Amino acid sequence: MSQTDTRVGRVESRPALGRARPYWTTHRRDQLTGYLFIAPQLLGSAVFVILPLILVVWYSLHEWNVLAGTFDFVGGENYAALAEDTNLGSVLRATGLFSVGLVVFNLTLALLLAVLLNQRLRGTILFRTLFFSPVVVSLVAWTIVWGFLLQDNGGLNGLLDTIGVDGPNWLRGETTAMISVVVVQVFKNVGLNMVLFLAALQGVPGELYEAAEVDGASRLRQFWRITVPMISPTILLTSIITVVGSLQVFAQIAVLTQGGPGTSTTVLVYYLYQQAFQFHHFGYGATLSIVLFGIVLALTVLQWQMRKRWVHHES
Amino acid sequence: MRTGKGVRGLAVALAGVLALTACGGGEEAGQDGPASLRMTIWSANEAHLKLFNEIADEYKKNNPDVASITFDPLPFENYTTTLTTQIAGGNAPDLAWVFENSAPDFVASGALLPLDDKLKKVDGYAYDDISPATTKLWQNDGKLFAYPFSTSPFGVFVNTDLLKKAGQKTPAELIAAGQWNWDNALAAAAATQSATGKAGLVIRDFDYKGWDNLSTFWTGWGAQAWSADGKSCGFAAPEMVEAMTTLHKAIFTAKALPGPGTTADFFAGDAAMTVTQISRASLLKDGGFGWDLVPLPAGPKGNYSVVGQAGIGVMKKSKNADAAADFLAFLTNPTNSAKLAQFFPPPRQSLLTAETLAKTNPKLKPEQLQKVVIDGITNGVVKPSHAGQAELSQQVRASLDPLWKADADVKAVLEGVCTKIQPLLAK
Repeated sequence: MSQTDTRVGRVESRPALGRARPYWTTHRRDQLTGYLFIAPQLLGSAVFVILPLILVVWYSLHEWNVLAGTFDFVGGENYAALAEDTNLGSVLRATGLFSVGLVVFNLTLALLLAVLLNQRLRGTILFRTLFFSPVVVSLVAWTIVWGFLLQDNGGLNGLLDTIGVDGPNWLRGETTAMISVVVVQVFKNVGLNMVLFLAALQGVPGELYEAAEVDGASRLRQFWRITVPMISPTILLTSIITVVGSLQVFAQIAVLTQGGPGTSTTVLVYYLYQQAFQFHHFGYGATLSIVLFGIVLALTVLQWQMRKRWVHHES
Repeated sequence: MRTGKGVRGLAVALAGVLALTACGGGEEAGQDGPASLRMTIWSANEAHLKLFNEIADEYKKNNPDVASITFDPLPFENYTTTLTTQIAGGNAPDLAWVFENSAPDFVASGALLPLDDKLKKVDGYAYDDISPATTKLWQNDGKLFAYPFSTSPFGVFVNTDLLKKAGQKTPAELIAAGQWNWDNALAAAAATQSATGKAGLVIRDFDYKGWDNLSTFWTGWGAQAWSADGKSCGFAAPEMVEAMTTLHKAIFTAKALPGPGTTADFFAGDAAMTVTQISRASLLKDGGFGWDLVPLPAGPKGNYSVVGQAGIGVMKKSKNADAAADFLAFLTNPTNSAKLAQFFPPPRQSLLTAETLAKTNPKLKPEQLQKVVIDGITNGVVKPSHAGQAELSQQVRASLDPLWKADADVKAVLEGVCTKIQPLLAK
C-alpha cells in the first residue's frame, strides 16, 4: 500500500464530529493569515528573482539583437560559443584571482580586527565605528575616491613620496591593478565581517579560556583550540557571503579599471556586462550569467558540504 | 471576524495587482493624446540645453499635438551603452543622438526611421543644401537614417598664458612662421610642462582608453586604424609604428603629454594645449586664461584635419515616430541650424562661411572659424568607425594597454593589436 493510501486511511479513521465542521477553522484561518503575511515577499521574489532567472535561461537560447529588434532561437549555440571564446580563460583566471585574494584578505583582516577590538581597551568603540563606517558609504562614491587616491599622481603615491618611496602606477600595472581592486573592496566590506566575528567572539564562554589557562595553554593555543572552533559557524557564514559577493564584483571594476590593463581585471560579471550591454550580444551575456550562477551555486554547495568537517557546532 | 479580515486582505492584494496591470495598459491608451517626445543627448551643458529647449518651445507653440519635448542627457562615457540598454529595456527614446563610432551599427540595424523623404517634403528645408560629404556615414542603400547634426572638427585649444610663462612661442607665432608641426608642438608642450609643472598637451577623452581620439595624431603620419573598406588592420603599418613611436617618446621621455593615470583638464587651466572638438569651446570660461584655437599641427604628411561626427535619428519603433521626425525637421531647418551652429557645426553648405558662423560663435575669430571649422569639415577625415565598433574598440584598448609603459616595444604591441582585431575585421 502506498504512502498516500495510508494517510487517507488515517484521515478517515478520525472520529466523526456531531455536526459539519465550518470551512474556516482556526487552523485554516491561521494558515491564510500566514500566507498573506509572506505574500509580499513571495511576490517580490517571484517577480524580481525567479522570473528573471527563468528569463535569463530563455535569453541564453536566443540571439537577441537589440538594435535590429530581432530575437531568434539558436538552441545551444551560445553554450557552444563558450568553448570557442578565447577571452574566457583569462576572464575566469581574473575572477579566481580576485575571489581568492578577496576571501583570504577579507576574512583574515576581519578576524584579526575583531580579536583586537574584542579586548577591553580604551578607544575600541571608536575603532569599531571607524572600521565599520565604510560599509554604509555608497559603493560608487567610495570607489571614485579611491580612484583619485590610486592615480599615478594621487594621494597614495604622494604619501609614499613623503617617506621616499616611489609608488607604482597602481591602476596601470596588471598585478598592482588587481591588488588595488581587491584592497579597495576589502576595506569597503571588512567592517561587516568584523562585526559578525565580534558578535561570535563575545558569545564564547569565558570559563573555557579560564579552564585552558589553568591547564597552561598559551594564548595562541587558546585561539586555535577554543576561539576558532567556537566561532566556526560564523566563519562558515562570512566565507559564504564573501565568496558569493566576490564573484559578483562589478562597480569597482567599472569605475577603477574597466577591466584593464589588458584584460587583467576583467572578471566574469564585468565580461558579461561587456558582452550584453556594450557589444549587444545579449544572448551570449545571458549564457555567461548562467555560467556565473553555476559557479556560485557549486561553491556554495561545496562550502555547505564541507561544514561538516570544520564547523564544530551548529545552533 | 478574522476570516473577514483575511478575505479583505486578499481583495486588497488582488486590487493592487489589477491596479498594476492597469498602469501597464495606461501607456497604450495614451497613444491618441498629445505626444510626449524624448531625445537622448550626450551633453548636460546648460548652454546647449537652453538652446535646445528654446527651439522645442517654439515648435510646441505651433504644434499642439506635441505636449512636451524632453532632452535627456546621458553621460558621455557610457552614452551608447546607456542608449542601447534603454532600447533593450523597452524604454527607447523617440529621438537619439548617435556618435560616429556607433553609426554603422545603428544605420545598418534598421532601428532608425529613414528620413530623406520626410525632410525633402518640408517647406523651406533646403535638403540639397546639406553637404553630401557629411551624410556618407549615415546612409544605407541610398537612404538617410540620421541627420548629420554635428560635424565637429578637432583643433588645438591653447592656454597662451601658460606657454608665455614658460617662454615658449605660441602656436599662432609658429603658424605665422610656417613651423606649426607636431615636432614643435610637442617640444613646446614638454618645455611648458618642465617649466610650469602643469601638463603639456592633452588629447582630450583619450585618457589611455579612448584610443580612437589618437586618430587626431596619427592621421598626420598618414596612418589609419583599418583600411577604408574596414577589412584589414592598419595598426602594424610602418606609418602607424612611426606615429606611435613619436607619441610614446613624447609621453615617456619628453613628458609632453601627461602619463597614464594622470589627469589634467585644459579648461580648468591644468594644461598648455588640448586636442579636442570645437563643440567643447563652450567649456571656456570668460576671464579664466588667455586662449587660442588653432588647427591640428602638420604631420610628416603635411596638413590634415580630423572630424568627429554625430547624427540624430528617429527610433523606428517609437509610437511617436512621425511627430519625432517632424520635430527633427524643425530642429534642423536653416534657421535653427544657424542658431545651433555656435555649438554644433552644421552640414549646411550655406552656413559654412566664416561670416555666418561668426554671428553665432562670439568666442571664435573669423580666422579660427575658417581654418579650423570650415577647412576641417571640408577636408577632414572622420574618426574611426566600423560595424561592431564596441567589441572592436574594446579589443584595441586591451591590446594597446602594454604600449603605455616606458619600456614598451611599440612595434610588437601594434602587431599584437592586429593579431587580436583582424578576425573581427574580417567578419
